Amino acid sequence: MSEQKTKLLVEHVTMQFGGVVAVNDLSMEVHEGEIVAIIGPNGAGKTTAFNVITGVYAPTNGRVSFDGSCVVENYPHGKMKKSYLGANGDMFHEIKEPTPDKLTALGMARTFQNIRLWKSMTVFDNILIAKHMKRSSNLFSAAFRLNSAEEERHRAEVMDLLRVVGLEDEKDDLATSLPYGKQRRLEIARALATEPSLLLLDEPAAGMNPQETGDLTQFIAQIRKDFNVTILLIEHHMDLVMDISDRIYVLDFGRLIAHGTPDEIQRNEKVIDAYLGVVEDAED
Amino acid sequence: MIENKSQKRKNAWIAFLCVLAFLALIFCLDQWIKPTDKLGMLLIVLQKGSVYALAAVSMNLLNGYTGLFSLGHAGFMLLGAYTYAIFTIPDKSRDAVYQYFDAAIRFSIPEKLSQHMGGFGTALGVFIALVLAGLVAALMAWLIGLPVLRLKSDYLAIATLGFAEIIRAVFQWSKLGPITNGSNLLKNFARASKFKLEIAGTKLSLSTFVPVLIATVSITLIVLIVNSTYGRAFKAIRDDEVAAEAMGINLAKHKMIAFVTSSFFAGVAGATLAMVLSIAQANNFKSAMTYEILLMVVLGGIGSITGSVIGSLLFVAASEWWLRGLDSGKFLGIEAPNIFRNGFRLVVFSVIIMIVVLFFREGIMGEKELPDLFRKKKKDPAKEAQS
Amino acid sequence: MDVLKTTLPYIISGISVGGQYALIAIGYTMVYGILRLINFAHGDVFMVAGLMMVYLSASLPLYLSIPLMILLTVLLGFTIERVAYKPLRSAPRMSVMISAIGVSYLLQNLALYITGGLNKNYPQIPWISDRISLFGMETSRVTVITPFLTIVLVFALVMLINHTKIGMAMRAVSRDFETSQLMGIQINRVISATFIIGTFLAAVGSILFFTNYPGVVPTSGAMPGLKAFVAAVFGGIGSIPGAVIGAFIIGIAESVIKGLDTILIVNGVISEQIGLATFSDAFTFVLLIIILVFKPTGLFGEKSTDKV
Repeated sequence: MSEQKTKLLVEHVTMQFGGVVAVNDLSMEVHEGEIVAIIGPNGAGKTTAFNVITGVYAPTNGRVSFDGSCVVENYPHGKMKKSYLGANGDMFHEIKEPTPDKLTALGMARTFQNIRLWKSMTVFDNILIAKHMKRSSNLFSAAFRLNSAEEERHRAEVMDLLRVVGLEDEKDDLATSLPYGKQRRLEIARALATEPSLLLLDEPAAGMNPQETGDLTQFIAQIRKDFNVTILLIEHHMDLVMDISDRIYVLDFGRLIAHGTPDEIQRNEKVIDAYLGVVEDAED
Repeated sequence: MIENKSQKRKNAWIAFLCVLAFLALIFCLDQWIKPTDKLGMLLIVLQKGSVYALAAVSMNLLNGYTGLFSLGHAGFMLLGAYTYAIFTIPDKSRDAVYQYFDAAIRFSIPEKLSQHMGGFGTALGVFIALVLAGLVAALMAWLIGLPVLRLKSDYLAIATLGFAEIIRAVFQWSKLGPITNGSNLLKNFARASKFKLEIAGTKLSLSTFVPVLIATVSITLIVLIVNSTYGRAFKAIRDDEVAAEAMGINLAKHKMIAFVTSSFFAGVAGATLAMVLSIAQANNFKSAMTYEILLMVVLGGIGSITGSVIGSLLFVAASEWWLRGLDSGKFLGIEAPNIFRNGFRLVVFSVIIMIVVLFFREGIMGEKELPDLFRKKKKDPAKEAQS
Repeated sequence: MDVLKTTLPYIISGISVGGQYALIAIGYTMVYGILRLINFAHGDVFMVAGLMMVYLSASLPLYLSIPLMILLTVLLGFTIERVAYKPLRSAPRMSVMISAIGVSYLLQNLALYITGGLNKNYPQIPWISDRISLFGMETSRVTVITPFLTIVLVFALVMLINHTKIGMAMRAVSRDFETSQLMGIQINRVISATFIIGTFLAAVGSILFFTNYPGVVPTSGAMPGLKAFVAAVFGGIGSIPGAVIGAFIIGIAESVIKGLDTILIVNGVISEQIGLATFSDAFTFVLLIIILVFKPTGLFGEKSTDKV
């Protein structure tokens, strides 16, 4: 594993909202080509971690590096410094708070827990807009159609993508008119349209039945192969996680309590106590 | 890929020819109808209607397409109107216009150009002044946008409204009198009623044609922008800002593009308004004007350019022409001078608007455009056959 | 000392104007706190209150016309909410704001129709319209009364909000609309109560405001309305003390700028009038933009974070 290239490196990230510590001193590493899952009970801080990694929130403390270069870094200052109790308060010195779009340009793309498609637009347009970032045209050349070659190329690419995710028949439907499972797929396809090297999926199987979850598991594995992406996902469906993850990180109350391969995690006492036991009980 | 390339090109040609035919019709109306005729009102409605249509469409680009609720439109129109007026007042009228001040800017672009190029120079000068009007408004929008566009919905609305009021106060300030003529009005500049085309000794009126032409060209440009990749990005921001940003759309940049573009056309609309009304006075560009334009957009349907055009034409026609009788004692044959007196028209009118706002929230067009209507008609029989 | 002496009269009249704005601003801030709506029609309700006073006092004695005017204004505020805002409860916020603009347009046009666009002289109200002299300057008694009356009314309002059941419901609704609905608070009653209080204060404010002005025209409400709203934003929208302090700041700033030319000439800074009074309205908006850029939540506003 040591010879693998590091895709994403999270170092001592802490995120505090007022008095609530949503993520506490989280460190993790994702290697190129891996599928890594973050699991944990509700409110464990998984989505907050995602939001820090993708630049939505600036962390209170910590650093995120992508492809070997630092993209997010912050350290507590002023009032925060006093109230911040972490051990790594002095470790970071730079402030780097890029907006999500800049990180997407670097090759990070994500989906959302509560599907965020563009409601008034068709399936096709939803993906086409994700290509906007790749445009070389400015307002004038776009308005006067001087970029028609690029436009045609992007439209063809969108069609290819739709075919891969199996949505080509619905391309002219409104995005929100799709059944739930397909909306999830569309959101993944939209993220893929930005040509990412790291794909972050926030609970892709939420609200799905076992049949749909099974399909999704295959779909994610296929994506990794076809698009050559590294995948970091948050998920509650243990079948899916254990099936496709190379490694798993377990969060509880904002803290990392364990990490390892699916086998290791399934055997980890701490995890079973904090999390798996509860879920299995609930599912029985 | 519903339509292949040749089909697309064909549609573009059809649209282009329709626009040409429409402009030709306006040109003919301009000759047939004399301002003193009974139908003279039609010309006035077309002139004012086209100005407001442009203003409404440019506001729709921002409020409807990008989802930025801005209420500064009157301010940008004011900038456009003044820029246009100041740079087209002929030299010899300047001292008469600036009665109380020593005019600082002493050249008229159309006049200068006509000295070298004749009639074409005048037209070119008017065109340059119009573009300049748009650019001044756009530049101001850029300056205002830097701090203001970060604000969320209602705060943005109130901040832009505030900027429009500040602009109005600055233009009325007596210390700027040599440029803006203080709180006095500007007049005698190049105006629509004076536009004539002289061919072989016959003078052809252009007083309606020119404003309609300006509005048509500008609205066409806006349609091209809306249908481009940038227009789609604007809609993405409106539908879901967070998702748009996550998909690599730079929010600050795109909001600024929408704001500046919208203001550019608002400036052009302001200039055209001055051209049509023959005067420019800061006091006319109050927030009430912004509200009226907003109501036109709502009437037509937020998010539809066709709707904005129809909405503003109806708005102008109803308030200037069809409902006139409500103000002058006789309406639809009913005579009731006690009720139908000055101002009743506007009361009826605002009640109609409230009904639209409350019960027909989609407006006339919803989010549909003109081509959608044709497409639907074609599709319907097919659907019926299926079922 | 000279600076103070020349500025003082403007500050005093500014405090008075500020008190009037405060009474209007409370209506804005309470409605915004609960419905997240900029009630653009509030300033016009204020104007209508002025007009009603003009018409009522023409045929009724003051001790009848004043209470009747307040009652009718409150009824108007209540009706506007029920007719124009309640049907849009689940609509996007922009729709409700547009509806408010529509109501404002309607009220102004209605006033234009009824008055014929003429300036209507506001009735002389004995005692409060009397001229008195204060620090060697001539003013009407209302100038002195306004700030005190404002403080008393605001104090009563704060007591109401903190110590009554309906006040508690208001606080709950402004904190979390949906949850308070689930907790069994009758949302429509709370909203109506908010509008009733807001318009009541605006009606009282209209008496104080128009007594100092020559008359009422259909657009009389627009500018005070906007300024009161700015005051509410300035103080942190949703916060009543914030709105009051914001209103006093804006009233004083406006009044001082109106006399700034004179103040500067007397103090030898400039030698002739430079027309700074033109900016007395615009300066309000300068303040607004400054506060929005540097502290978007206003002086006393609460911070809210968006959830992704």
